[in-house]
Amino acid sequence: MTATTPPVTAPAATWRPARRRGPRRAAARSGFYVLIAVFVIASLFPFYWIVITSLKTQQEINAGTSSLLPSHITWSSYVTDFTQSDFIRPLLNSAIISIATTIVTVIIAAMAGYALSRTQIRGKPVILGFILVANFFPIIAMVGPLFIAYRKLGLLNSYPALVISCLIYTLPLATWLLASYFSQIPRSLEEAAMVDGGTRLQTLRKVIIPVALPGMFTAAILSFMLTWNDFTFALSFMSTPNMFTAPLAIVDLGQSQYQTFYNLIDAAVVIISIPIALLVIFAQRRIVSGLTAGSFR
Amino acid sequence: MTVHQETISRPGSRGTRAGRPGRGATSLVAQDRRFGYTLIFPVLLVLLAITAYPLVYNVWNSFHHDNLSLPFLTGFAGFANYKELFTDNQFVPALVHTVGFTIVSVAVETLVGLALAVALNKPFRGRGIVRAAVFIPWAVPTVVSAELWRSMFDPQQGFVNYLLTELHLPLAHTTWLDGQWTAWAAILIADAWRNTPFMAIVLLAGLQVIPADIYEAARIDGASAWRQFTRLTLPLLKPALMVALIFRTLQSFLVFDVVYIMTSGGPGTSTNVLAYLNWKAFLVQTDFGYGGAISVALVIFALVIAAVYTRAFRVEQTA
Repeated sequence: MTATTPPVTAPAATWRPARRRGPRRAAARSGFYVLIAVFVIASLFPFYWIVITSLKTQQEINAGTSSLLPSHITWSSYVTDFTQSDFIRPLLNSAIISIATTIVTVIIAAMAGYALSRTQIRGKPVILGFILVANFFPIIAMVGPLFIAYRKLGLLNSYPALVISCLIYTLPLATWLLASYFSQIPRSLEEAAMVDGGTRLQTLRKVIIPVALPGMFTAAILSFMLTWNDFTFALSFMSTPNMFTAPLAIVDLGQSQYQTFYNLIDAAVVIISIPIALLVIFAQRRIVSGLTAGSFR
Repeated sequence: MTVHQETISRPGSRGTRAGRPGRGATSLVAQDRRFGYTLIFPVLLVLLAITAYPLVYNVWNSFHHDNLSLPFLTGFAGFANYKELFTDNQFVPALVHTVGFTIVSVAVETLVGLALAVALNKPFRGRGIVRAAVFIPWAVPTVVSAELWRSMFDPQQGFVNYLLTELHLPLAHTTWLDGQWTAWAAILIADAWRNTPFMAIVLLAGLQVIPADIYEAARIDGASAWRQFTRLTLPLLKPALMVALIFRTLQSFLVFDVVYIMTSGGPGTSTNVLAYLNWKAFLVQTDFGYGGAISVALVIFALVIAAVYTRAFRVEQTA
């Protein structure tokens, strides 16, 4: 490019960079868009692949070949998952466990977040430090001792076992998030309410919680996602298929002695991805801000 | 609670408090503290129950014989379980696999995540949609990423071999999950596909707090884009980079779901990792003594990783 640029005199030097930059900038610009396209394709193409696999007919799967488009589109894999494999039950289990964990998380994390940002309890740095360390605790190291504890308490293969365990995913993040959210609420708000004669609990219920609702909503979305994603605890503590969560049920689905039925697996994979994909599309900003609020402190 | 309310709302209470600074103030603070401890109690109770209790129990178990399938063998074991770690030909190879996987996956995810974050930090049309699209792989369950890539890597029906065949490239008939190195490649791709967006999310948040006028000044000084990146962006990105690296290194070191679903540690034991070994010790061999020893080792490794990063970060900050 330098070779083709004609020699220039001093006054022209001011526009020479602009002229040189023209084609170069265009090249950089299109290179940039190619990069973006590569990222988008790499992220989404695998989803396209499982969607078309889930829509293929059983004959096409049995033929054991692959193609970018199914020769016939059929919903039969979805029907089979829901009828013969009873995939509704695991979905329901997952929903119950995720919602219960989310509710427990938001309530007790909001209480703790309020205590950390608004009361004069001692040892705040120690408590915050412990919560942070708990966030990094190896999940797999919990499995053995909790298995023994649940066995003794008769909680194996039950919802409470999974809800209690899954709190390790949600509580540290939600507590950090809500503590930082509460500390951003101006103190004058609750002082005004207290001067007007409200008790502390009334102030909390009528003033603080309504203002903190967006933060609690963010904590709820993240908690739901993190619990919905659990595999390790469900694998360890749920023993009968009627108690399996959706991620656990998928692993058993479509396996026969001779063949793997990817159409059945991928239909289930599509189904459990849908709620999460919707959450990301509609609450992306909230999720990202919640994640980063929890990690920068 | 009533006392508290009265003290605050009664007119002239400030005067009273000023007159007797001791009692009124202390009881208020004490009351406030009691309220605070009550509120924080459930979270601390739950977190202690599911982290501190397992830790203590694992330490205890690791020095005892506790195997459900050998009920007659009980009692103090000394260091027998820890000795087993180094003599059973499972732990050391798994440790090597885990360290190798952690280094490669974190390196790949950091580099690609950084490129992604820088690209998404530039304004362009449709950026919101693109962001949502590239973040979805991180949000879906690990089971989805594992099953999805198992399906993509299937020798007959998968996309990978289909593409290699269409492009007339070698390896088109590879049975990916049946060879050690190809299985690792598949695991690595599944892991990177899901976790690179997380890197990008954290790094992007770090990029967004860098003020734009710094770049303005650098541009006026005639700094090239690459120079701006290495001299301005990277140093200012360090806090975010550190957070992302600690998170990802620990998660990678404890990788379980993807390995369990895609290879179950196979072929043979060639993709066995520490977390999978630990899970098998607990729930397949039901050996809680040996499993406890692996768990204790994992906790120590996690602490060391976190300490190394925090120290490296501190040193650089003061330097």
